[in-house]
Amino acid sequence: MIPREFEYHAPTSIADALGLLDRFGDEAKLLAGGHSLLPMMKLRFAQPGHLIDLGKIGELKGIREEDGVLCIGAMTTENELIWSKLLQEKCPLLVEGAQLIADPQVRYRGTIGGDISHGDPGNDHPALMLALGASFVLKGSRGQRVVPAEGFFLGSYATLLEPGEIMTEIRIPIRQPKSGHCYSKLKRKIGDFATAAAAVAVRMNGRIVQDVAIALTNAGPCAMRARAAEDSLRGRAMDDASVAEAARLAMSICDPSADQRGDVEYKIAMSGEMTRRALRTACARAGH
Amino acid sequence: MASKQTVSFTLNGVDVDVVVEPRELLIHTLRERLQHTGPHIGCETSHCGACTVDLNGMSVKSCTVLTVQCQDAKVLTIEGFEKGGVLHALQEGFTQQHGLQCGYCTPGMITRAYRLLEENPSPSEEEIRYWMAGNLCRCTGYQNIVKAVQYAANKMSPARTGT
Repeated sequence: MIPREFEYHAPTSIADALGLLDRFGDEAKLLAGGHSLLPMMKLRFAQPGHLIDLGKIGELKGIREEDGVLCIGAMTTENELIWSKLLQEKCPLLVEGAQLIADPQVRYRGTIGGDISHGDPGNDHPALMLALGASFVLKGSRGQRVVPAEGFFLGSYATLLEPGEIMTEIRIPIRQPKSGHCYSKLKRKIGDFATAAAAVAVRMNGRIVQDVAIALTNAGPCAMRARAAEDSLRGRAMDDASVAEAARLAMSICDPSADQRGDVEYKIAMSGEMTRRALRTACARAGH
Repeated sequence: MASKQTVSFTLNGVDVDVVVEPRELLIHTLRERLQHTGPHIGCETSHCGACTVDLNGMSVKSCTVLTVQCQDAKVLTIEGFEKGGVLHALQEGFTQQHGLQCGYCTPGMITRAYRLLEENPSPSEEEIRYWMAGNLCRCTGYQNIVKAVQYAANKMSPARTGT
């Protein structure tokens, strides 16, 4: 399988990449790790005339802590997330999520920014970002804006990212004490997308849920927060009854499409089960 | 037609230059221009791992890398493992432990296992299975592949050789 012909560009700065984006407009596509875009180009679902490779731009790489916020360059790979001591200590939910993405070779290439900006409802980072309360730095030739993950995902392959913009950085607030996390993902095999998955970040006050975020992967046209489920848990003890109620409320917002991974009813049930498991594990990790 | 580009990289320690269209995939450059047919074309969809090569210290599926992305890169394929008629510990391990039957996945398996052992010289069985999960084998059931990687890890470990 060979992609259609295109011109290849490998800028070494964000400014140069933005210049190329402005110059080629709709004809251009940004290349990050390439493990979504190149397969689509080989199948000719995507046929850009100009491919702008972000791989040589050093300023898009790296993980650092700044004023209580983790700043992750958009071209940081999944394996770099997994191996980051800083993230292991301060953002274990992101590490756990990255460990469940694709396979080792794909994780050497696949990037956090590519995964988020692609807008595929099967990608794992969108739900992780929603659960972590992340925000994204989007740069265009006329300046930059910082947008919250909440509201960024608009639908299948649709995000707030404008055609002339590049996602340059992901910002994640560092979790507070007494908090727990879990990404629970059901997949048929290594390398497959989620049949269903749930990301949970919880903060406990004794046995009582002080705050909780629940986000779902592949349960609809894009990743989404299970707001009613979260509301039902706040201020309550995490027990069989409250977890079952939260899972029921999470299932009520699911709108998955039937495919080889299962029919609609099965996928909704699995979203509920992943929510249940993630809540249980997150609560246990918070020390309760 | 898109303009061709000259791409220079190191292949198993030897400098090579190729002139390619931007759309050419690394696996085709290796096999068809540079006659390195060890990396195999399996699924062409970045699932099977038969085309795995080592690129700048990372295991990658060369069906999902453009050759133009490899300017100044260091590329290692299965052809670079044997030295002066002596098999690499991994090649010996796959032979001794019967880590292959048809052999189609083996170049990718060994190239991937090489990077795994560079990063983690004494992996547990669980770690081997997790970090080798991007390579599919339809013959062996994986048991002997795990044993082959363990064999090589033992042989390569400094404690064992006393160095």
